[in-house]
Amino acid sequence: MFFQQLVNGITIGSTYALVAIGYSLVFGVLQLINFANGSLYMLGGYLTLVMYLSLHGNIGAALLISLVVTGFAGFLVDFVGLRKLRADNAPRMAGLISTLGISTVIDNAIQIWFGTETKAFPNFLDFGKFTIGKTVISWTQIIILTVSLLLMIVFSLIVYKTKAGKSMRAVAQNVNAARLMGIDVKLVISATFIVSAILACISGSLVGSYYQTIDTMMGFSVGMKTFAAAVLGGVGSLPGAMLGGLIVGVVETIGASYISSGYRDAIAFLILILVLLIKPSGILGKQKIEKM
Amino acid sequence: MKKTSKLSACLSGFLKFAALHQKLFILGALTLAILFPFLITDRYVMRLAVVGFMYVMLSLGLNLVTGYMGQMSFGHAAFWGIGAYTAALLTKNLGLGTLPAFLAAAIVVGIFGFLLGLPVLKLKGYYLTIVTMGFCEIVRLVELNWMPVTNGPMGISGIPKFSFFGISFHTYRSFYFIILILVILTTLLIRRLIRSRFGLALKSIRDDDVVAEAMGVPIVRYKILAFVISSMIAGVAGAFYAQYITYIDPTSFTYNASQEMLVMVIFGGLGSIPGSFLGALALTILPELLRDLMEYRMLIYGVLMVVMMLVKPDGILGNVNFDYLKEQAAARKKEAVK
Repeated sequence: MFFQQLVNGITIGSTYALVAIGYSLVFGVLQLINFANGSLYMLGGYLTLVMYLSLHGNIGAALLISLVVTGFAGFLVDFVGLRKLRADNAPRMAGLISTLGISTVIDNAIQIWFGTETKAFPNFLDFGKFTIGKTVISWTQIIILTVSLLLMIVFSLIVYKTKAGKSMRAVAQNVNAARLMGIDVKLVISATFIVSAILACISGSLVGSYYQTIDTMMGFSVGMKTFAAAVLGGVGSLPGAMLGGLIVGVVETIGASYISSGYRDAIAFLILILVLLIKPSGILGKQKIEKM
Repeated sequence: MKKTSKLSACLSGFLKFAALHQKLFILGALTLAILFPFLITDRYVMRLAVVGFMYVMLSLGLNLVTGYMGQMSFGHAAFWGIGAYTAALLTKNLGLGTLPAFLAAAIVVGIFGFLLGLPVLKLKGYYLTIVTMGFCEIVRLVELNWMPVTNGPMGISGIPKFSFFGISFHTYRSFYFIILILVILTTLLIRRLIRSRFGLALKSIRDDDVVAEAMGVPIVRYKILAFVISSMIAGVAGAFYAQYITYIDPTSFTYNASQEMLVMVIFGGLGSIPGSFLGALALTILPELLRDLMEYRMLIYGVLMVVMMLVKPDGILGNVNFDYLKEQAAARKKEAVK
């Protein structure tokens, strides 16, 4: 029972980690919470479903189109909602409200388009299951875990080892200095948004396939949970976001099975409040969070 | 381009006029508000007016945190809900009157606001936004799952109507006057607060907390105080709502309701009392006029939020200082006389 929940928790946690990376990247570069990230996660899931149905089950092409469109949506979040605010030197709350507005627009557009009821999602990762002791592990879980880990490793390498990642970190440290060094700040910021949107899209599609259902509210709750995960791990730190995602997934799954499944979504928020109370900088956060 | 400049010139002219005749305007609005239920007997319009004023009260409370303190709270629907449930349970099960119910709702919600604000408001940045979002969701889940107390998704029905000292009120006119008195009291409270030392300190925290701290403002204490006052106002509004509508369930007090309140505050004007009136009343009446677009309401709110930020981040009446406008106009008059 416990190991079964642990496996389930790690699986769902690894998908949270992908979305949490997106929060962390954007927060690192702009010191802004991108509320639209959760909506992009939902959008990605829906687009994959629509493309899958309209392409008669060609999952590769469906995923590719969904990735491109969601990535473009991520670019638009910044281009429409935030670029002008940065140019105007608007207060930071304006950016927050703007991303919230975009998130509302995406959520409700999908709701009007598809209706609010839960949709069936095809499991394109279904390759059977096997048992170890009493624990049932499906190949879907293995694939989700592998894909997530691979993506995490790839993004860590990009951010910490390549020139593109270096310029991203430079912008995160000091925008003006980065600009003086000849880094195209606009390009870096756009790239950050696109990357976080693509990660959210992959995560949304994987979760859709794992639960075999998809609904319009999943963006909101996952958005909040993954932000909690990013804070738990330490905002702005990539390994922190991954660790935070895994912890939130595991604690939530185990809590739901041992306490009450009705309070499943509340657990992540309780973790968030506790972290802010005890260690606001998070587990792996180097960046010290300023206290008043 | 020309059209917009003409429009803004017209608006600023009107604002100047309003600033010069502030007392006249307030008196006129008050007279109109008092005469309103005697002029209009249509039940639908009266109901709309009551709900609109309740949103004015909620917006005024939220404006203290969002407009004057510069922090977004998504917890106000939860505070509103906690106030409503507190009042509903007390009046229905214990037979308490309206005034004790208001008081109890304010105290209970104030305690929640204090406990929530204590860890979060110590931190800089926008943790309050996220934590209050989570709080709103937790409160909704508790309302939904705590069957013995909240009756879960079925909600609480048959809540007694308003009664003061044993006399109960049943007419729409009386509901209207109760909420009108609450709105006037809230307005006076907020006006008093923001013109006091406390209000100035709050604005200084919003504009630059480092400077505020250097000037000796106890930042954390003031922020928590503002948050608690703001949440208590929402709690009283909730107590009003429960006794007015006589039936409550968890679907009223969701994240969407919080967002609606925020849009009202942002649209009307951050840090402006007339702005809260404008935002709340306009966004209560407009959706009723555009009934066909009901499905698109939240979508339109989302677009409104983005466009507002891009065009006028302070809202329509934000950053309009009526006292300053008045002084300016008076000075100009003096010069003209000379």
